[in-house]
Amino acid sequence: MDNAKHKALTILIKAGKQLVLPLISIVLVFIVSSVILLFSGHSPISAYGAMISGAFGDMGKIADTLGTATPLILTGLAVAIAMKGGAVNIGCEGQLYVGAMAATITGIFVKGLPAVLHIPLCLLAAMVAGGLWASFAGWLKVRLQTNEVIVTIMLNYIAIYLTDYIVTYWIKAEGMVVKTPNVLDSALLMKLYPHSRLTIGFIIAVVITVLLYWMLKKTVFGFELQAMGYNRAAAETGGVNLNKCFMAAMLLSGALAGLAGAVEVLGVHKYFIKGFSPGYGYDGLSIAVLGQNTPIGVAVSAVLFGALRSGATMMDRATNIPGDFVVILQALIILFVATPGIVMELRRQGRILFMRGKDGKQA
Amino acid sequence: MLSLCGGFPFRRTNGARGLTVNYLEMRGITKSFGSVMANNRVDLTVRCGEIHSLLGENGAGKTTLMRILYGMIKPDSGEIYIKGRKVNFRNPQDALRHGIGMVHQHFMLSDTMTVAENITLGSEPRRGFFYDREKAIREVEELSKKYSFRVDPRAKIETLSVGTKQRVEIMKALYRKSDLIILDEPTAVLTTNEVQELFKVLRELRDDGKTIIIITHKLKEIMQISDRVTIMRNGEYICTKDTCSTNPQELAEMMVGRKVNLTVEKSTGIPEDAPVLFELRNAVYRENKTEHLSGVSLKLHAGEILGICGVEGNGQTQLIEVITGIRPLTEGEIVVKGQTVVSCSPRKMVELGIGHIPEDRGTRGLVKELTIRDNIVIGYQKRKAFSRKGILNTKYLNEYSRDVAEKFSIKADSISSPISSLSGGNQQKVIIGRVLSQDPDIIIAAQPTRGVDIGSIEYIHEKLLEMKKAGKAILLISADLDEIRKLSDNIAVIYNGKIMAQGRNTDFDEQQLGLLMTGYRNQEDKHG
Repeated sequence: MDNAKHKALTILIKAGKQLVLPLISIVLVFIVSSVILLFSGHSPISAYGAMISGAFGDMGKIADTLGTATPLILTGLAVAIAMKGGAVNIGCEGQLYVGAMAATITGIFVKGLPAVLHIPLCLLAAMVAGGLWASFAGWLKVRLQTNEVIVTIMLNYIAIYLTDYIVTYWIKAEGMVVKTPNVLDSALLMKLYPHSRLTIGFIIAVVITVLLYWMLKKTVFGFELQAMGYNRAAAETGGVNLNKCFMAAMLLSGALAGLAGAVEVLGVHKYFIKGFSPGYGYDGLSIAVLGQNTPIGVAVSAVLFGALRSGATMMDRATNIPGDFVVILQALIILFVATPGIVMELRRQGRILFMRGKDGKQA
Repeated sequence: MLSLCGGFPFRRTNGARGLTVNYLEMRGITKSFGSVMANNRVDLTVRCGEIHSLLGENGAGKTTLMRILYGMIKPDSGEIYIKGRKVNFRNPQDALRHGIGMVHQHFMLSDTMTVAENITLGSEPRRGFFYDREKAIREVEELSKKYSFRVDPRAKIETLSVGTKQRVEIMKALYRKSDLIILDEPTAVLTTNEVQELFKVLRELRDDGKTIIIITHKLKEIMQISDRVTIMRNGEYICTKDTCSTNPQELAEMMVGRKVNLTVEKSTGIPEDAPVLFELRNAVYRENKTEHLSGVSLKLHAGEILGICGVEGNGQTQLIEVITGIRPLTEGEIVVKGQTVVSCSPRKMVELGIGHIPEDRGTRGLVKELTIRDNIVIGYQKRKAFSRKGILNTKYLNEYSRDVAEKFSIKADSISSPISSLSGGNQQKVIIGRVLSQDPDIIIAAQPTRGVDIGSIEYIHEKLLEMKKAGKAILLISADLDEIRKLSDNIAVIYNGKIMAQGRNTDFDEQQLGLLMTGYRNQEDKHG
């Protein structure tokens, strides 16, 4: 009994410790950004007030926040899973475009399927396309020892312009806008809340989060992936086929990014439009860092980023602060999370102050 | 912060070397890091002109004590006297000014600079505004001649052997007029012959009136070199002894705090009809046009320990990696239990019954971010009992690793603690436990006791001998010649990727092995 209690307590403490750094960072971000707002003559209170009500003001807004978070969860997971295996996938943006295009094409041209089959088929197509796109970078690394960081970045541009080309010259809808015709109704993701961005895509993202958590904890692949990520030499000695494992990590990562593209196209836009992603793939990097590469952490961070994004729209409208201000917020978050030294030093100083205060009272 | 201790007289004691003066006295030194008492009221008295050994296991507090002496750490309490005067060092520069020099275990030399430049660095001879290179070279040459260091002041550090680098470090201390030189585990990186050379230099320094402190845990060397020895255990002072009135057995017991068994029954040879379990035929390994292994042939019998000795970097790493399937052979073949192995991989070798204790637990041995349990399992994660269809059987894994931890007396709070929370000895036991509990027929044990305390060494050796008795074939690769001598039935000497000699353990003597390890087949002078 006591033992169980003790165990629960240690788990809680462990979780708490993991949360300390991101939480302190976020508090710091709000302090620093308030200073910035004050200096530029805005009231932080009204800014954050507008933001919070924009993100969580009513059910519709919460739904929008979660809907915005959906592709972010997936790209965040994509980066995190690659990172777990020691691979740096900066190509999520490109994989997302390729995946979105594959889903769109499947959604438009495969006819006569019921939604139960058509949706999974579109999602699968997106995952295969994104996965293959990322695997190409993985294959180059395994075969020619190229640096996957550079290759994935370069592949982003190729992916974006390739899909641009397809939508402009092959399957453009009538009219001025460079976009494809709508996908068939049977390929559209069901809305969970009317007139919002929230679709069953969110449920898919949550399920995948849980699956990945389980995969890392309980499967041989997850075990080998992490061993490889932490220490390649030890993993190799332990019988892990590094090349195969690396390729698998890239494939999985790309598939998740591709899925993010599909969810966005099939759920929100209903068609592929040129430049539809406001940088979901790059945000995935920030989210993975903030979530410390754990699936649950990534999901939570993605919701935070989603809230910032949908809150920004409201702030833009209600105050005269440009919505781009959230980019500053995101940058600050990463700055503080990626440099734990700042937070550590603050904690140390805080502790010293606290101790002094205590001594002072005693004396 | 130098203050005279009023009325404190020079202590005069009647030691083994006649009337002597205490050069150094440390009294009641206490230092704690958090809840750990690194030094608990430690006393140390070192006489002028003696070689004094500081003996203790890893974590006994030797290095902490010496760092306090060298001004790198401030003690919580305690006093230090140099020639009877109380001193208070704030940093190593203070210590240097008082004639204390330290040679660290990891050399602090700049590889691309010359010997003379390195030695004079920090107290350079100047001519006006400029560095006086000629004078530096002259001075270093004089120093080299005086103590017969045989070092070329113009040589670049990167071209020197480990032993010579160490002599440069000692010269660095001498150049700053140090009278007390502290050496932190100086023999850990040296070959037998280099050790003898180092000892010659140290004796010469002593005869010239220098005082020397050696931190070590090698008993044999203490008996050979030191005049007196101070033993520490668990951060506490145990006692100080004249070396001539003690013996290794006694020292070991004081160091560990209990009876230890230093002697192992010597090999009686292996039976004639023992089957060959593992064979390497004419193995060649080439990488980037360098030949790391050139035609190595080895045979391992059931119930045999074959020791591979050699100076590090002579192909041992490649030999291990080829045998365990990490690298492919360029030429030659590997025969396991009578069956030629094609396309080796680490997993395949494990399946064939080869257990691998990697030579460097930090890089190949352990994943330090993972838990103790995961590190006990890694390498065998695909075993049927551990996982089915790619899904880990975590419940069994927990039970199994708890078992292993108990059986191999791994001291840990919980198997789900990170491996980095364990001491070096216990980390090594995790690896040993991982490999041996999988019951391999062939064991590749590379540096199985490197950086491990004496208690764990004893334990690991016992386990290896147990495996041998159970009819396993063991290949022991070690830089520690004593370990090879102690455990092996047969010995092979590796030099420059070739086997120089192979034979029964009893056929060789230490002198011979030392020469073979440096590439000399007969008794030529090493230094031509």
